[in-house]
Amino acid sequence: MDQDLEVDRVSKRYNAHLAVDALSFAVPHGSFFSILGPSGCGKTTLLRLIAGFLEPDSGDVRIGGHSMRGVSPNRRPVNMVFQNLALFPMMSVGENVGYGLARRDIASTEIRNRVAAMLKRVGLPGAEGKRVDQLSGGQKQRVAIARSLVLEPTLLLLDEPLGALDLKLREHMKIELKQLQADFGTTFVYITHDQSEALVLSDRVAVMSAGRFEQIGTPQELYYAPHTAFVAGFVGANNRLSGTVQRVDGDIIELHTAQGLALHARCTEHVVAGNEVEAFVRPEVVGLARDAAGLATGTPYYTGRIESLLFDGANSTVLVREQPTNTEFRIALPQTGQFADLRESEMIVFGFDPERAISFRGGNDGR
Amino acid sequence: MIPSLPRSLVSRCANIGYVGAFFVFLFVPLVVVAVFAFNDANYPAPPWRGFTLNWFVGSSGGRIGLFGDAPLVKSVATSAIVACWVTALSIAFGAANAFLLERARFRGKTALSMLMLAPLVIPGVILGISILAFASRLAQFANDFLGIEIDFLRPGLPLVVLGQFSYIVSIATLTIAARLKRFDITLEEAAFNLGASRRDVFLTIMLPHLKPALVGAGAIAFLMSFENFNTTLMLVGSDAPLTIMMYGRMREGASPVLNAVSLFLMVASMLLALALLRRPERTDVSRALP
Amino acid sequence: MADRLRSRTTATLAGDLVAPHMRLALFLLLAPALLWLLGLIVLPHVDLAVLSLRTRVAPRTYELGFGNYRTFIDEPLYWHTFVRTAVMSIFATVCTLLIAFPAAWYIAKIARGRAKSLLFVMCLIPFWVSETVRTLGWMILLRESGVLPRLLVELGITAKPVELLYHDTTILVGLVYTSMLFMVVPLVSALESLDDSLIEAAYDLGGNGLSILRQIVIPHAAPGIAAGSIIVFMLTLGNYLTPTLLGGKNSLWFTEQIYTQFITRFNWEQGAAFGFLLLVLSTAIVWLGLVVTGQKFGDVMRRS
Repeated sequence: MDQDLEVDRVSKRYNAHLAVDALSFAVPHGSFFSILGPSGCGKTTLLRLIAGFLEPDSGDVRIGGHSMRGVSPNRRPVNMVFQNLALFPMMSVGENVGYGLARRDIASTEIRNRVAAMLKRVGLPGAEGKRVDQLSGGQKQRVAIARSLVLEPTLLLLDEPLGALDLKLREHMKIELKQLQADFGTTFVYITHDQSEALVLSDRVAVMSAGRFEQIGTPQELYYAPHTAFVAGFVGANNRLSGTVQRVDGDIIELHTAQGLALHARCTEHVVAGNEVEAFVRPEVVGLARDAAGLATGTPYYTGRIESLLFDGANSTVLVREQPTNTEFRIALPQTGQFADLRESEMIVFGFDPERAISFRGGNDGR
Repeated sequence: MIPSLPRSLVSRCANIGYVGAFFVFLFVPLVVVAVFAFNDANYPAPPWRGFTLNWFVGSSGGRIGLFGDAPLVKSVATSAIVACWVTALSIAFGAANAFLLERARFRGKTALSMLMLAPLVIPGVILGISILAFASRLAQFANDFLGIEIDFLRPGLPLVVLGQFSYIVSIATLTIAARLKRFDITLEEAAFNLGASRRDVFLTIMLPHLKPALVGAGAIAFLMSFENFNTTLMLVGSDAPLTIMMYGRMREGASPVLNAVSLFLMVASMLLALALLRRPERTDVSRALP
Repeated sequence: MADRLRSRTTATLAGDLVAPHMRLALFLLLAPALLWLLGLIVLPHVDLAVLSLRTRVAPRTYELGFGNYRTFIDEPLYWHTFVRTAVMSIFATVCTLLIAFPAAWYIAKIARGRAKSLLFVMCLIPFWVSETVRTLGWMILLRESGVLPRLLVELGITAKPVELLYHDTTILVGLVYTSMLFMVVPLVSALESLDDSLIEAAYDLGGNGLSILRQIVIPHAAPGIAAGSIIVFMLTLGNYLTPTLLGGKNSLWFTEQIYTQFITRFNWEQGAAFGFLLLVLSTAIVWLGLVVTGQKFGDVMRRS
């Protein structure tokens, strides 16, 4: 009974298209759970199934331990923050926040008190009388959340609520959302296509693709130990290299790319020589040096020419062409400023620990 | 051509002169009607013989003013009653049609939506005679086969209401459907999500959203009904609405009391129009007006 | 009740849960529309067509045939009136367009801010008043003892008052006046949507006033012109009040013939035939207007 939301083998089909494919997962009480996936992966359908705007073809959704089969959306202990927020333009802020309470036939003085307290908690004290169109984007966001949380739902669903905001405000609201969730302790289910939002906000993240979850885990697990090539490619930046297995040595394999580059990577799947694989090397895993002596000993190293410098403060990287195969690598610059004097066309050496490069059989990521 | 391009002084003056003449053309007949409502003469024609209110309140000396002219006052009341019926019916049917066009999906919807516009291009006289002939055929049928007399199918106010309604409802439908089209469906979902019942959603979300269009369509329906002449002429019985009454009197001869009732109408409709145009949602009204 | 009819693929909750409900709701919504369209539009017009095909051969006996249409062709007064009404309506429509266009241009393109909305509202105001009142105004202005003849005498242009009512020109003035609004509004909205920079660009590329008007402005405003013209034509053709009051006995307007047959002579069969002819003419010219300008009926009606 510790799980606020249990989704049990739920499927939803639109004509020939299977939008949600026998999904099962559970979200424990008080946690922040994100569903991350590209548009069209079925995450909005999943959210609407939980909210009750859609009924599953098969399977069951349980909220707070109760099956929601046949329960209409206005009777579910679930509230939702819509992508466009869906604030009622014909009502004041106070009426918006009090809307759900009024539907429960609560006395109007009680509603006034609760609305005032809620607006205070989300940092908009005394905003009851304002019109919705007088609010800024961030304030509207807070009203939409307040409108839902004032009903003390078991579960709050958020449908890409930051999507419409500009970059700066989005960064700010990310932090605010996390604080709000910690403050209220309500279970949040958040869907987004923005991996940074998912990683920053969540206790656990599900990566969704074509109606299925590729992997559920903490942000760290998804980042450092992806289970599939899709997750490795979708979460965080990565150098992706396809090649053929030459040799298998325990869980380290050697592969050759079509361009002739030989490299070593870890592989947790069963592969034999001749299999097609894809290797992923994160930019920050690759070490950079002016000569071989500068690199950690015992790892293979490569020579490359700097193609372009992508300066972005702490996130600066360089694009390097390995010589002679001309394979492109994106490599993070250490934040020490050690390579601040790098120039384009300069030759450098680089290498990485094969244990920290991960590979998957090719073809299982056919998307 | 447009202000950002160089224009000669002559063309500027010509522009302003033209627009001035245009508005004189538009307003002169109305001004003349208004002015001669106060002329102290038995005939609405120049010269000016002094100011009088006889044509509004007079009751002696052969001058019966508007408020003493019982048939005229009664015809205003008749018009108002007809207009109220037409307004109520047009809003109710127009709203139902708007939901049908915007929310329902069924075979033949395009044809139906075209048919809904058809009354706007049928001349009013023909709407009148076709309804007159059809109603009287029904009445005849009821009389011959069922032996009952159905009074409201004979020329009279019920037929006038139906005749006016038959095309005014097209305008109401267009106005309300345009507003409904702009409704954001997630608002409904949000309300459900916050625990509202279907009835709640309709009363607290949908109705407030549609209100400007309902009010606008109602005002237009009322005015168009009040002003209607062509269709009414064919369907009217013994109780004449104002336009028919005025037409009859204008053919008999001129009397300044007609100017007085006209001025009364002008002021009333102007007030209604201004009240509507002052509303923030004026786009709905001005869009649907012509 | 009505919101049950939601029919989006992703959203419907009613759709997923209670399909029979949907049927019922659809039926309930369809009923008023059908009642209106069948009861007041379709069936009466079918009945009118049937009526027009009956000829009275003896009291209370009728025979089917084209007798009433035959009478229309055989009697020159009838078809003269018919042709005259059509020609004058077209003429009135063209005049309305020519007079309204510069005014609409001024409102849409030259006037700015408050002046613009004021002018636009001023265009609407006369039409909130009944046509009867407007016609009364013209009668007071134009009749022999009226304002304008007296003004002409006082200015020394005519020796004694002239009768300005009961001419074809009078009818035309009245019709143009009555229709003005229905031309100005679609024209203003069509011209407002024309981007000023297109005119600036044309000017910059060496266009002069006339070529810009012909190649840029008129093609852009065509939908508005079509909408306005169709409605003005339709209203003019079906007008009764203005021709009878301003034209008097000489007006010879076709709607008068219909009225005479129906109400005065009580010859409904002949009146129905006339009504049908007018309807056919009106529909044909509206349709022709749509085809020539390449417009769709629904768009035009919504635009106006």
